Amino acid sequence: MREVTYVEALMEAFTEEMRRDDKVFHLCGNHGPLAALIPEFGEERVRACPISEEAYVGAGIGAAGSGFRPIISPGMMTFAFTAMDQIVNQMAKIHYMFGGQAAFPLVFRASTGGGRSAAAQHSQSPHPMFMNLAGLKLIMPSTPYDAKGLMKSAIRDNNPVVFFEDQILAASPTKQEIPDEEYTVPIGVADVKRHGSDVTVIAISKMVSQALAAAEELAGQGIDVEVVDPRTLVPMDVPALRASVQKTGRVVIVDEACLTCSAAAEISALITEDPATFRALKAPPKRVCSPDVPIPYSPIMEQFCLPDKDNVIQGIREVLG
Amino acid sequence: MALEPGQLLDMYRTMVTIRTFDRRAADELHAGNIPGAVHSYIGQEAVAVGVCSALRREDRITSTHRGHGHTIAKGADIKFMMAELFGRSNGYCHGKGGSMHIADFSVGMLGANGIVGAGLPLATGAALAAQMEGGGGVAVSFFGDGASNEGSFHGSLNLASIWKLPVLYVCENNRWASGNSAAATQSVEDISVRAVSYNLPGVTVDGTDVLAVYEAAEQAVRRARNGEGPTLVECKTYRWRLHAEQRNDPPDPRPQEEIDLGPQHDPIATFAGHLTQQGVATEESLKQIDGEVAAAVDEAIDFAKASPFPKPEDALTDVFAP
Ligand SMILES: Cc1ncc(C[n+]2csc(CCOP(=O)(O)OP(=O)(O)O)c2C)c(N)n1
Ligand SMILES: [Mg+2]
Repeated sequence: MREVTYVEALMEAFTEEMRRDDKVFHLCGNHGPLAALIPEFGEERVRACPISEEAYVGAGIGAAGSGFRPIISPGMMTFAFTAMDQIVNQMAKIHYMFGGQAAFPLVFRASTGGGRSAAAQHSQSPHPMFMNLAGLKLIMPSTPYDAKGLMKSAIRDNNPVVFFEDQILAASPTKQEIPDEEYTVPIGVADVKRHGSDVTVIAISKMVSQALAAAEELAGQGIDVEVVDPRTLVPMDVPALRASVQKTGRVVIVDEACLTCSAAAEISALITEDPATFRALKAPPKRVCSPDVPIPYSPIMEQFCLPDKDNVIQGIREVLG
Repeated sequence: MALEPGQLLDMYRTMVTIRTFDRRAADELHAGNIPGAVHSYIGQEAVAVGVCSALRREDRITSTHRGHGHTIAKGADIKFMMAELFGRSNGYCHGKGGSMHIADFSVGMLGANGIVGAGLPLATGAALAAQMEGGGGVAVSFFGDGASNEGSFHGSLNLASIWKLPVLYVCENNRWASGNSAAATQSVEDISVRAVSYNLPGVTVDGTDVLAVYEAAEQAVRRARNGEGPTLVECKTYRWRLHAEQRNDPPDPRPQEEIDLGPQHDPIATFAGHLTQQGVATEESLKQIDGEVAAAVDEAIDFAKASPFPKPEDALTDVFAP
């Protein structure tokens, strides 16, 4: 076993997969940590691009349809909104529209989330938009272990996979043990991060840590919280989420996105529209999300917007009645 | 148009204000008093001041992530700017925007921007409005060398050209786009040549010479007011400090020899030399201005520190106009 940070875990995934398959290469806005790959793989396979996101995101899609496996890293998702035609009209639809003739195996990775006083444009949680596009897989890992294993699966997948790395997690020095041996984490499988019996908290990405902190605090008060991390939002591990809720009968869904049409809203629907899960509910599901506002700069207002441990606890108390 | 001594001294004062403001803002950020990040404009003062000196108050500008210089040069109040950086409720954007998103619509400053290249279409629209209003107004978009690789640059220039919009596209070519050198990411050495594709004049000037910038801007503004359409003005300049100041500064990717060259072409020292040589000022009179500026920036910081924080629930206001 070794201890690695979130970024180190991703770097291991890149190194292993680039060794395994010489069709894997990077297109990035800025080398950043990827510069460490250059000595072994050369700039040919680790390309820094001009600030032309539409061009290089699209170029990645074109290269994917022509036999390569690009990993496209514009940096923050907010930068790549300038490439939305390529993402929405091309990346998400190209395989389907052409009747499945060609595969487009690529990873589109970008950072999301707030919490750094970076104001509205640089603090976004747009994953629900991507869930609604049909045609993109979507991964949001919360731990270094999951990040590495899911990145390896994403690179090997024959589809466009969107991989959102929370800004705070990606910058975090926190380390986690991972195995020395090679491993992957399958796409579409949720993970129970803490077992409990009184209430299920389904939390996405950085919110997992807030949910675990809430669970820890409530454990001292005799409330036994189960924390489930979907890890993949498309495809969603619906059976795992329903199973947990059927066991506890109560659910709080924590998502940093704005409340309206959040991933939490979709998960809430997936839970309530299933008759067996619906009948098991002892209280209505509760979404804990950001309010429907762009994220403000000043820390006082930003903290008010972003869900934290206390909001999770409040949500849990609500469903416990 | 020849500049009066009073105007020249105002330009000097504004350049020094920008530099002092950004120095002090960086210090306050590193002292933990300003959250987030600030993108310092130090080294590029001649561009904002040269261009804005050719504008009227009603003319409109759009800016970038590196927006403090443009904002000050367009006439914004540094007290409200500093309060915004400190995240206070009486900052220009009531604490919602911060360093990267300061705007003062009352002086025609339509906003700094966190998205590279986003200001060009907005200025194009401001120019369209000015053209339709018919009052002879112009708009200016400030942007970097890196932004000229965005589609928004190319589409904007073409649109402004076919509609003969009264707009200046002012490219501040500091040869770097965050960690990427222009040499590695740009097809041309001089961005001004890109104007050829869109059939509008493109000029390159020494962006560390405020008078050269003024002259180029003044001509372009005259063209625009006369209905002759847009101009691309490229100002060669250099950023002295890191791409962005943050709590944990990353290493500067630029070669040290190159960084050291920056201050050797100091736009303020160059202009000060000109002013004393021409007898517009003495070293003492310039020192006095420096002192007054330092006091004004001190006052802005005191104002910011004494300003109230927003209430948490203020986050919920301003989503929609009334
Ligand atoms: C669309 C977009 N892509 C990338 C970024 C990240 N980014 C912020 S500033 C910057 C460099 C901009 O370079 P340039 O336009 O030359 O301006 P300078 O920083 O040199 O003033 C980059 C890449 C962004 N904010 N927006
Ligand atoms: Mg630049």
